[in-house]
Amino acid sequence: MAHHEIVIAGFGGQGLLFIGKVLAYAGLIEKRQLSWLPSYGPEMRGGTANCNVILSDDPVGSPIVQHPNVLIVMNAPSLDKYEKAVVPGGKIFVDSTLITRKVERDDVDVYYVPATQMAKDMGLGNLANMILFGTVIRETGCIQDATVEEALRHVIPARKMDLLDVNLRAIQVGKDYQA
Amino acid sequence: MKETVLMKGNEAIAEAAILAGCRHYFGYPITPQTEVAAYMAKKMPKIGGTFLQAESEIAAINMVYGVASTGHPAMTSSSSPGISLKAEGISYLAGADLPALIVNVQRGGPGLGGIQPSQSDYFFTTRGPGHGDFHVLVFAPSSVQEMADLTGRALHLAWKYRMPAMLLADGTMGQMMEPVTLPDACNAFGDDNPWAATGTEMKRPHNIITSLDLSPENLEKQNFERFERYKKIEETECLWEEYLLDDADICIVACGITARVSRNAIVEARKQGLKVGMLRPITLWPFPKKALAAAAEHVGAFLCVEMNMGQMKEDVELAIRCKKPVALCSRVGGMIPTPDEVLEHIRKIAEGGDNA
Repeated sequence: MAHHEIVIAGFGGQGLLFIGKVLAYAGLIEKRQLSWLPSYGPEMRGGTANCNVILSDDPVGSPIVQHPNVLIVMNAPSLDKYEKAVVPGGKIFVDSTLITRKVERDDVDVYYVPATQMAKDMGLGNLANMILFGTVIRETGCIQDATVEEALRHVIPARKMDLLDVNLRAIQVGKDYQA
Repeated sequence: MKETVLMKGNEAIAEAAILAGCRHYFGYPITPQTEVAAYMAKKMPKIGGTFLQAESEIAAINMVYGVASTGHPAMTSSSSPGISLKAEGISYLAGADLPALIVNVQRGGPGLGGIQPSQSDYFFTTRGPGHGDFHVLVFAPSSVQEMADLTGRALHLAWKYRMPAMLLADGTMGQMMEPVTLPDACNAFGDDNPWAATGTEMKRPHNIITSLDLSPENLEKQNFERFERYKKIEETECLWEEYLLDDADICIVACGITARVSRNAIVEARKQGLKVGMLRPITLWPFPKKALAAAAEHVGAFLCVEMNMGQMKEDVELAIRCKKPVALCSRVGGMIPTPDEVLEHIRKIAEGGDNA
């Protein structure tokens, strides 16, 4: 039974809540049970920010993810904070441009993606989050490939819909990335 | 089939109030409920409603009083410190027998406290938030769907009983997004409210909206009449949900976000062979006393899971006449108990070690 408890963490402004929203809308489109819970307050303005998403076939109890089976991190403090919380056998996705250390656990699957550097090299602006997200979709199957575009259309504001294509391209880059 | 959408709890409150027919919102921003005001600011002007950012919480609640006096549904929303400021106005609404919806998305206190979620306004709200002998209807949503459903219900019951109603949520409920199926638009408030101050056109006596009555005899009579109404509400409007309670040895009592956390703990406890269930009050006033008393007949112990220092625990002990031990699992100041912490308390009770 598919049950994903996802923590996305990093600096405010990296688009972490955005990844969470795309996951949540994809879950809604796929008619799954879900919750989306952001950290709120001063962290949104430059400090650490995180977002908890649960996608499940069963009704969601607590929306607070205590033991994620998917962890997406985009800064070192977030890896320090959440590494131990991941369940054995869980998956950790690391932006290895921004986090230079390795994951210490050996009972989890780790994916290092130099997403920030890739975004810079490929002219994908600040879409490192979407590159990393592409790898997450490929490796976890937490949402279906076919739902991604429709989910993005819900999350991207109408006045910025011209950014849809570049977001899709960044996700594809992440899907294609091999370490 | 109706469409299911993804919304923040705060947005669901705003949309549900509009769908229920509320066209007047007055507020003052405060974390973690500002999305209610932001949503209203966007939407109200487009549907011929009124959104007004008042100069203070006190002004906002008195604007609600003004609109309610004319027989139109009105609401305000705030978070804990802002609700303290509204207390005077809420008492006046109760004293003038006016309907209104007040939303409190609680944060940690006392004082300015913090901005993270809390349930520490339980006493303040369930005992009548203001001076004088009165109650407000109190609803404690535990999902975004309930944020919407109970908003509509609160408005309608406030109207039905001509008294203020409060939606008592917390920061988590306000900020989280979940799928929600919105109710149909309706307007159960009517245009002809015989008590409203709408102008007599020289055809009827004046309707006087006031909470002032200098005759003790009259004032006593009004209080008695109000409490007759409260009695009827206690008999008919109590809401609660039972979860795996039938065969339970331990009954968790929790509302709002702590009920969600407790659910995880119960699932885990059951896997370990511990028979735990839950009684979740949905209305905090009226409080589901009879349901708790009935549970006390067959469970061995209660465990209150709260984000305050045990305020609801006192109501549980009263409801069950202290027949069974009531333990407490609590975090405060914006901290939220984890399922593991709740499970730890369950284990202690099962081993006979936490009988409070």
